[in-house]
Amino acid sequence: MSLRTQELLLNVGPQHPSTHGVARFRVWLDGEVVTNLELVVGYLHRGIEKLAETRTYTQVIPLTDRLDYLCSMSNNLAYCTAVEKLAGVKVPERAEYIRVIMAELQRIASHLMSVGFLLNELGAYYTPIIYCFRDREKIVDLFEMVSGQRMMYTYLRIGGVSQDLPEEFIPALKRLIVDLRKAIEEYEALLSGNEILIARMKGVGVLSPELAINSSASGPVLRASGIKWDIRRAEPYSIYDRFKFEIPTANNGDCYDRYWVRIEEMKQSLNIIEQALKDLPAGEICAKVPALIRPPRGEAYGHIEAPRGDLGFYIVSDGSIAPYRVHIKPPTLINLTTMKDLCVGWKLADFIVIFGSIDVVLGEMDR
Amino acid sequence: MTVALKSEQTASQIAAAFPGADVKADGPAVVVAPDMVNKVCAFLKSAPGLEFDYLQNLTSTDYLDYFEVVYHLTSLKHNHSMVLKTRCFDRNNAEVASVTGVWRGADFQEREVYDLMGIKFTGHPNLKRILLWEGFPGHPLRRDYL
Repeated sequence: MSLRTQELLLNVGPQHPSTHGVARFRVWLDGEVVTNLELVVGYLHRGIEKLAETRTYTQVIPLTDRLDYLCSMSNNLAYCTAVEKLAGVKVPERAEYIRVIMAELQRIASHLMSVGFLLNELGAYYTPIIYCFRDREKIVDLFEMVSGQRMMYTYLRIGGVSQDLPEEFIPALKRLIVDLRKAIEEYEALLSGNEILIARMKGVGVLSPELAINSSASGPVLRASGIKWDIRRAEPYSIYDRFKFEIPTANNGDCYDRYWVRIEEMKQSLNIIEQALKDLPAGEICAKVPALIRPPRGEAYGHIEAPRGDLGFYIVSDGSIAPYRVHIKPPTLINLTTMKDLCVGWKLADFIVIFGSIDVVLGEMDR
Repeated sequence: MTVALKSEQTASQIAAAFPGADVKADGPAVVVAPDMVNKVCAFLKSAPGLEFDYLQNLTSTDYLDYFEVVYHLTSLKHNHSMVLKTRCFDRNNAEVASVTGVWRGADFQEREVYDLMGIKFTGHPNLKRILLWEGFPGHPLRRDYL
């Protein structure tokens, strides 16, 4: 006698501990096994692209903070890179170095959150993440020192940065680098070889390199599938061509590899910050740019390697003080294109881990 | 460093592969007809020497006279890039051939353009709104939406 089973449709979200915001998955289950999955987003849609059309170029910067709120500095950088490309602004040397330091610190802060929340999803409820918060806190303190803000920095300006580094910043950063190196070593010792972590993540949610490229995956998700592609190296923006760093890649494309790539990237970011600190020149921190900048008619696409992937801004100018069109290419939304392929056949508990390993921020997905 | 391919050269390569098709270079971009975008993209993805395997970005702009759909393509193999564009002049019935069959990465991005700009992508397997809800009046990113 065969047992008749019925498929169960389960709503994961919009309010769910693993979404860290408001996203919803419609998950079809056969017992505990995922048979189909659909992503429903838009709960945090604020129409940032439309809002940008009614603001001046500088006024758009605070809006970009509110995209991926765990890496505001990177969003500022991506937007400013695109506008500077459009307007042909040359950024002073010192500002470039400060930008690189901020962007890399932001990458570490963001990856710390990513690793911490991933561990949360695995069931290590709130112990590892508090350690990650401890270290992120020190980075946020530095950001507060330069911008006065702890989350929405609005620190970058078109043509440079808003203010110079305060006197106490560099000694504090040097101390922080030592601390962070120690902390990352600690995470590796505690987590990377952990039996439960390996059992839950090795071989789970495998993304093949072919599918990763075909589905426009980017950032750690792409590199965990074995593709050595990093915008900092492939199309160096700012002054990334001056620094020596490795691009960590892994071969299996599973959840563990995505975790591991992030840990390795933090180490590389520290190397970049050290090199930037060593060469940090004196001088101007912002180019002479009019308050109401009017880029010439035309369009530009500027993109950077943000912590979560390839973040791009497509900006069209009609020669006026407000952008005619701003499009934000959200890496996290596109990384979720293959979510169904990764999850089908795995249990519901694995789905949560796979989602965590892709690492999304809803502010950016929904814009 | 990613090399931006000369649009004139790419346009002539496309024109050679599709005789009689409407292909022209406009600044840094190649402009093709909306109904043949998918065929051109399949060609760009597979043609030796071009091999645009990665869809960098897909978006649209409303110029009031026409809608423009923009594709930023990259080849991870050769590290070069290009911009492909297509224009729809009918505001009430804008249609572009979907490239989801060429790159899966176009899936959510085409849905977003459909949702916010109101351009239909023919051949898309699941064309419905993504950021706004079904039944939302109008398409907010159009310039005449108030």
